[in-house]
Amino acid sequence: MEEKTIQNKKRTLTINVRLRSFAMVGALIVIWLLFTLLTHGTFLSMRNISNLFRLTGIMGVLVIGMVGCLVSGVFDLSIGSVVGLTGAITGILLEQVGVNYILALFISLIFGLLIGMWQGFWIAYRGVPAFIVTLGGMMIFRGITVLITNGCSIPISNHQFAIFGQGYLPRWVSIVIGAIVVVLFIISDLSKRKKRLSYGFNISSALMAGIKYTVVLLFVALFVVSLNSYQGLPLAVVILIVLYFLFAFIYNKTKYGRYVYAVGGNQVAAKLSGINIKRIYMRVFMLMGLLSALGGNILTSRLATATPNAGNGFELDAIASCVIGGISLAGGRGQLFGAMVGTLVMTSLANGMSLMNMTAAWQDVVKGLILLFAVWFDVSYKK
Amino acid sequence: MDKQDFLTFKDINKSFSGVRVLKDVNCSIKKGDVHAIVGENGAGKSTLVKILAGVYPVGEYTGVITLEGQECWFKDIRQAEDAGICIIYQELELIPSMTVSENIYLGYEPGKRGVIDHDLMHKNAVQLLARLHADISPEVLVEQLRVGQQQIVAICRALSKNAKILIFDEPTSALSDTDVVILFDIIRGLKKEGVTSIFISHKLHRVREISDSLTILRDGRSVAGGPIEEFSEAEIITHMVGRELLKKYPRVPHQGSEVVMEVKNFTVFDPGIPKTLVDNVSFSVRKGEILGFSGLMGAGRTELFMAMFGSYDNYEITGEIYLEGEKLTISTPYDAIKKGLGLVVENRKEHGLVACLNIINNSTLANLTQLTTRLGAVDENEAIHRTKEYAEKFSLRYSSLEQLVESLSGGNQQKVVITKSLMASPKILILDEPTRGIDVLAKHDIYNIMNQLIEEGVAIVMISSEMPEIMGMADRIFVMCEGKITGELMHEEATQEKIMQFATRFKG
Repeated sequence: MEEKTIQNKKRTLTINVRLRSFAMVGALIVIWLLFTLLTHGTFLSMRNISNLFRLTGIMGVLVIGMVGCLVSGVFDLSIGSVVGLTGAITGILLEQVGVNYILALFISLIFGLLIGMWQGFWIAYRGVPAFIVTLGGMMIFRGITVLITNGCSIPISNHQFAIFGQGYLPRWVSIVIGAIVVVLFIISDLSKRKKRLSYGFNISSALMAGIKYTVVLLFVALFVVSLNSYQGLPLAVVILIVLYFLFAFIYNKTKYGRYVYAVGGNQVAAKLSGINIKRIYMRVFMLMGLLSALGGNILTSRLATATPNAGNGFELDAIASCVIGGISLAGGRGQLFGAMVGTLVMTSLANGMSLMNMTAAWQDVVKGLILLFAVWFDVSYKK
Repeated sequence: MDKQDFLTFKDINKSFSGVRVLKDVNCSIKKGDVHAIVGENGAGKSTLVKILAGVYPVGEYTGVITLEGQECWFKDIRQAEDAGICIIYQELELIPSMTVSENIYLGYEPGKRGVIDHDLMHKNAVQLLARLHADISPEVLVEQLRVGQQQIVAICRALSKNAKILIFDEPTSALSDTDVVILFDIIRGLKKEGVTSIFISHKLHRVREISDSLTILRDGRSVAGGPIEEFSEAEIITHMVGRELLKKYPRVPHQGSEVVMEVKNFTVFDPGIPKTLVDNVSFSVRKGEILGFSGLMGAGRTELFMAMFGSYDNYEITGEIYLEGEKLTISTPYDAIKKGLGLVVENRKEHGLVACLNIINNSTLANLTQLTTRLGAVDENEAIHRTKEYAEKFSLRYSSLEQLVESLSGGNQQKVVITKSLMASPKILILDEPTRGIDVLAKHDIYNIMNQLIEEGVAIVMISSEMPEIMGMADRIFVMCEGKITGELMHEEATQEKIMQFATRFKG
C-alpha cells in the first residue's frame, strides 16, 4: 500500500512539473497574443521580434549565472552593478586607453571574474551571508562605476566591438545553425529514450515524442525564418544559445552541477558526503561574475555607450525571471530551461509594455504583480 | 459514566489522494489509561491520532469519534486543544531561540490587549514545571536544553491548555534511557491526575513498560487490541507484520582479525560552551567485526565519530588515527571518505539526504569523482547501473530510481544513505543509530546488510542507544559516559545491567 502511495505521489509530481512547463509556455503565448492585439500587430513585427530576442540575449546571460546562485541556495544582488562596472571598464579601455577591442573585452571579463572571486571569498571563506556581501557589492561596484566614469556616459565608436550587441549572422549561417540544433536535439533525445528504456524508466509514447520533435522543428524554423526576414540571427542571441547549451550540460551532467544542486538541497548532507562546499560557492560566484561581465559587454556594445547607471535593477529582473521559471529560492530545485522561458516572459512583458508607451513606473507595477501571481500559482499547485 | 466509553473510534476511514490509509479502524480507550498504538511505518498510526487532534479536520475522514459518550469532531487543531486533546510531536515543534516559558505559552500568552504579562507567565510556568518535578528554569532558551528536557517543555505546553488527552508520537526515539525513565515517571504521574495518554511507538519493550492497553494497526486496519497483559512482545510483532518474524536480531558471530583502525588519545573540545565533548578516547577496530558503541544520549559517541570524520569546523580536536598502520590527517569529510572511512549519520533527513534529489543522485553523491568521464560529464549509465546494483542487493522498495528520496519511507531512505557511503568503498563503515525511527522489516534488512558487509571485509562501527540492538548485533561493545570510554564488553558477557552501569559511571 505504501508503494502505491509513493507511486501516486510521484505521478502527481510529474504531472505538476509538466503542467508547469505547459502553463509557462501557455502564459508566454497569451502574453504575446495580448500584446499583438494591444499594439495592433507591432509586437509580432519582425523588427520587434528581433529586438525582443536581443533583449533576452542580455538578460538570459545573467539568468544563466543566477540559476547557479539560486539552485545552490544563495543569490547575487550585485550583478546589475557589475554589468555597469564591466561595461564602463570596456568603454574606458576602448575610448580613453585605446586598446584593441578583443583585449578590452578580455580585460573586462577578467575583472568580472575577479569580482566574483572577491564576493565568493567573503561568502565561502569568511562566512558573511551572500545577501550582505552582494548587497555591499551592489553599492561598491556602482560607486566605482560612477567614480571611474566621472558620472558621464562614454560613447563608443569602435565598430568592431559593436558587433557583439548589434551584429547579425549571415542568413545561411542561421539556417545551418537552426538545422544543427534540431538534429542534435532529436539525436540526443532519441539516445536518452533508448537509455531510459534499457533501465526500465518510463518514457513518453512514440506519438508524443513525434509531436515534440515536430513542435521543436516548427519552433526553430519559425525562429530562424522570422529573424532572417528582418536582418538575421543577432549575435547576442547566438551567444545566449551557445551558453545555454554549455550550462545546461554543466548544471545537469557534470559533477560540479550535481554538487550545486546537492549543496542547495541540503548543505550539511552535501558536506558530509565529502563535497567541498566553500569551493562550490567560490565557483558559483566566479561564474556569476564572469557572466555578468559578459552581459555588461553585450549591453554596452548594443547601446554603443557605457553609461554609469547601466544594468540598474538587472539583479531583480534576473531573480524574477528565475522564480517565474520555477527555480526555488530555497535552493536545490529548478531547471535552466524553465528559467530561460521565465526570462522570455519577463522581457516580453517589458518590451510589449514599452511598445504601448507605458511608463517605466507602470511597467514595474505590472512586472511585480506578474511575479507575485506566478509564485502564488506555483505555491497553490504544490499543495 | 462508564470508564469504557471515555474515548472511542468507530469505523474510521481516511484516504490520501485516492489511497485508503485507514480502513474501518476501531479502538476504545479508558479514562486515565496509557494506551499504545503500535504498527509498522505506514500502518496509519500517526494519521489516526492526527484525526483526533484536528490536524485532519472533520469531513476529510469518515467514521465517528466519541469523547465521554458524546460524538465529537474538530475543524482544526485549536478546537481539539480546547476540548483538551494535545499532540506532542516527535519533532517537538518548539522555537529554539525562545525561552521555556515563552514556548509553553506560545499562542496563549497571558496578558491584556496584546501586552504579555511576563510575571504571570513566569509564575504559571514555574508551577507547571514543578508539577512535573522538572528542574528546568523557565528563563533559559530551549536550544540550551537536552532533548529530554525539551520534551518536558512540550508536555508543559500541552498541560497549560488543560489537556485531558495527551498524544505522544514516538516520544522515546530521541531520548536516552535515563530520559525515558523520567518521561515515564511523568506519564505515570499524569495518569494519577486522570490524564489519558496515547502512546505511539515502535519500541515494543517501551510500550509494554508504560501502557495499560494497546491497539495494533496493520496496513490501516486495527487488527488487534486490548489490555497489555494479553499480548507478549512476540505476539505484538506477529500482529504488526502479519507473520512471525524469524529472528529479531539475525546475529552471525564474527571473529575480528587484524586491527584496521586505531584511534589514540582522541579529544574533542567545544570552545563555544566551553566543554570537553570527547575526553582522551583510545580504541581499535578489527577487520570482520561489528564494534558497538553504547551509552546515554550526550555521552559523546556521535561527536567522537563526527570529529574523526572531519565534520566539525569550530571544535578543537586532538589525537591520532591510524588506518592500516598509516597515520591519517583528516580535516574535512572529503579527506575521510578518500582515506576509506564511511559515515552514516544519525539524523538522515537533516544530515544524510538531499530530499529534493532522486535516488540515483543521492546514492552517487559521495562517489561522483569515480563516475566522471574524461570530458567532465557524469557517466549516467554507470551511475544508474551501480545504484541499481545496490538497490537490488539491499532490497530497496522503490517505484523508480528517479523517484525523489523525500517520497521514500524511513527505512528505505536509510538504505539510500548507506548506499551512498558504500559507493565510496570504505574500509570502515560507521553507522550512527542506523535503525532509528524505521519499521521492523526495514530494521531486519539493515541488520542483514551489516552482516553482508562484514563478509565482504568491511569493518563496522555501530553506535546505538537501543541496548537490545547493540547486544543483539555487536561482537564487542564499548560504553561511553561523559566523553570517556568507561567500559568494554564482549558479546557473550554483555547484559543490560552491565552496560547501564558503565553508561552511568559519571564523575560525580
